[in-house]
Amino acid sequence: MELAKKNIDEQSLGQLTIQKTESKLYMSYITVAFVALLIGGLMGLLQVFVRSGRFTLPFGIDYYQVLTVHGVILGLVLTTYFIIGFHFSLMGKTVGISTKQRKLAWLAFWIMVIGTVLTATAILLGQASVLYTFYAPLQAHPAFYIGLAMVIIGSWIAGFVNWRQLYVWKKAHPREKSPLLAFMVTINTLLWFIATLGVAAAVLIQFIPWSLGYAETINVLVSRTLFWYFGHPLVYFWLLPAYMAWYAIIPKIIGGKLFSDSLARMSFVLFLFFSIPVGFHHQLTEPGIDPTWKFIQVALTFMVVIPSLMTAFSMFATFEITGRRKGFKGLFGWFKHLPWKDVRFLAPFIGMLAFIPGGAGGIINASHQMNAVVHNTIWVTGHFHLTVATTVMLTFFGISYWLIPHLRGRTLTPKLNRLGIIQAIIWTVGMTIMSGAMHIEGLLGAPRRSSYSEYGGGEQVSEWIGYQLAQAIGGTILFIGIILMVYIFIKLTFFAPKGDEEFPIAEEEPDAEQTPAFFENWKLWIGITVALILFAYTIPFVDIIQNSPPGSVPFDWPIGR
Amino acid sequence: MHLHKYEKIWLLFGIGSLVVFLLVLGYGAFWQGTHPQSHGITIDPNNIESNEAFKPENLGLTQVEEDKYILNIAASAFYYDLGKDEDGNAVRHIRVPKGSTVLFQVASKDVVHGFNVAGTNVNMMVEPGYISSLETVMKNPGTYTIVCNEYCGIGHHMMYATLEVYE
Repeated sequence: MELAKKNIDEQSLGQLTIQKTESKLYMSYITVAFVALLIGGLMGLLQVFVRSGRFTLPFGIDYYQVLTVHGVILGLVLTTYFIIGFHFSLMGKTVGISTKQRKLAWLAFWIMVIGTVLTATAILLGQASVLYTFYAPLQAHPAFYIGLAMVIIGSWIAGFVNWRQLYVWKKAHPREKSPLLAFMVTINTLLWFIATLGVAAAVLIQFIPWSLGYAETINVLVSRTLFWYFGHPLVYFWLLPAYMAWYAIIPKIIGGKLFSDSLARMSFVLFLFFSIPVGFHHQLTEPGIDPTWKFIQVALTFMVVIPSLMTAFSMFATFEITGRRKGFKGLFGWFKHLPWKDVRFLAPFIGMLAFIPGGAGGIINASHQMNAVVHNTIWVTGHFHLTVATTVMLTFFGISYWLIPHLRGRTLTPKLNRLGIIQAIIWTVGMTIMSGAMHIEGLLGAPRRSSYSEYGGGEQVSEWIGYQLAQAIGGTILFIGIILMVYIFIKLTFFAPKGDEEFPIAEEEPDAEQTPAFFENWKLWIGITVALILFAYTIPFVDIIQNSPPGSVPFDWPIGR
Repeated sequence: MHLHKYEKIWLLFGIGSLVVFLLVLGYGAFWQGTHPQSHGITIDPNNIESNEAFKPENLGLTQVEEDKYILNIAASAFYYDLGKDEDGNAVRHIRVPKGSTVLFQVASKDVVHGFNVAGTNVNMMVEPGYISSLETVMKNPGTYTIVCNEYCGIGHHMMYATLEVYE
């Protein structure tokens, strides 16, 4: 009876019940993500140990093999699987999934898993120590590239299913606006599809024929440009699911309403526009790209500041409005009374805070000439451990605390909630030490992606090593955080008491302004995105091809093949 | 679409700062010439010696004028070739007087490398097929480590040299 009443409540809000057959699908994606977290975290621990200079890897394992596993499994596997699982959960909850769509989603899952296994095998056999950026002309075993291509193709199928889900819903609900979260998922999958076209082109047209020996040489700069056409929006593909939680889920958790449906949609549309045509800011110190076009892309890069500021405003406005409505007085009464003891709020909130220095660091990195100060120093590593490994990861953990029990028909107990809070604090402490030390060491000139080295023992280098010791301490604390998180994951999946955990989705104010209909004009958004990409890339890309040097033959001995 | 009054102020302030910031960057880049290195000069990656600057005898430091130097470097996994000294030994250490202008020219014989005079703005990607070059004035005395800061293989962290700026 209780359950039936709840279902009716949810349906009146346009929310559906996730069936058992669906939750199995969603949990499969999320489970792979947590397995990846454990493996990738262990690799990270080994790295900081090696870099401290007090430890060498046993059994002749190569540092760069470990580094490749770390980057691929955390940067590509964990994120993509978790995000697709989260996307499907949101779509299942807001617009529903048909049996046929569910079967296709399983197909996507298995293609991705086979691809992941192929790539992992190549790396573990020492045939692909090329790091997750796999820059040519270092050449890995073809299985590495083929596996990656399969992961991308699987993720496309998942995205196509998401689009189909919304399409079917729209057909059944003419003249209704799409649910906000379904709209956001559609934007993010669109962003992913357009971005991965670049890396897919590089892998399918350049790398696979070249690694199989069908092409003698490879155009290095073209491959790098295609990679970074993908590599930058990749970080927004990670970030936007966190924003989905911030905009549409956190307000419900703190007992408030959606700040503004149309502003949330607007900021997502702006992220779609300005995340893709900007990859050059990763290539600022490269010799073969015209500096004027570098600058144009730098200016376009900075446009993402606008939706970021909109997001920051919305978050704190929601917090304040909610607090004041609950009757908390004074300038900061609303802030003091935020639900600090609820890990579903606390973990993402720390993520939001980390994004303030994280975003500022990003502005420094993308600043044209200023980039030379930090390019390829370990500052950059510090930067993305603050953004993706703190902002995004803590938000994903925050999502897991309610999503996993919801899907598993269990509940987040007060004890697990407390453990989660401890986890978030451990993460914050570990990351502050590790990322802080990386930032400072980078400003002193120390390179990223390098095994322990005294570089002939200069004075400069002895200064670096002290910070590497600090990173080892921070990294160890983080690994404890990972063990704890995996423990919580297992508890929530298999052992937490049966029950009914809420799937929190914020509602609009009863008197909220109508969302303009033009937000559903997908042709317009895609059209503007494509136009911006063509503007930013056509001329410099033609220039790169026309002024190409002779291609590069493959090199496999430097990676120990 | 409605924007709250405070949000308008917030966004106006943010966008205003952004415009000022981009103008500063643009002024530096286009009027003061502080663009990152982007010469687009190509070279045959399979035969960099075909270029005058990278012939074995031209590698290393050459004084061209009082206070003006050219430093030619051939990068390969996992070694910076800085030429040979009078005794025929490989040069690992470069010395220039404080205040001298140095033109760094680097080309790769094999894979992608980095070239960073650590702690300075001399920071370039070195890609097969292109000459990376940057001219700068070495103002601060000290010994700088030159490190490869782009992964080039299992010996990547052993790829270095030193540069001394003396008074």
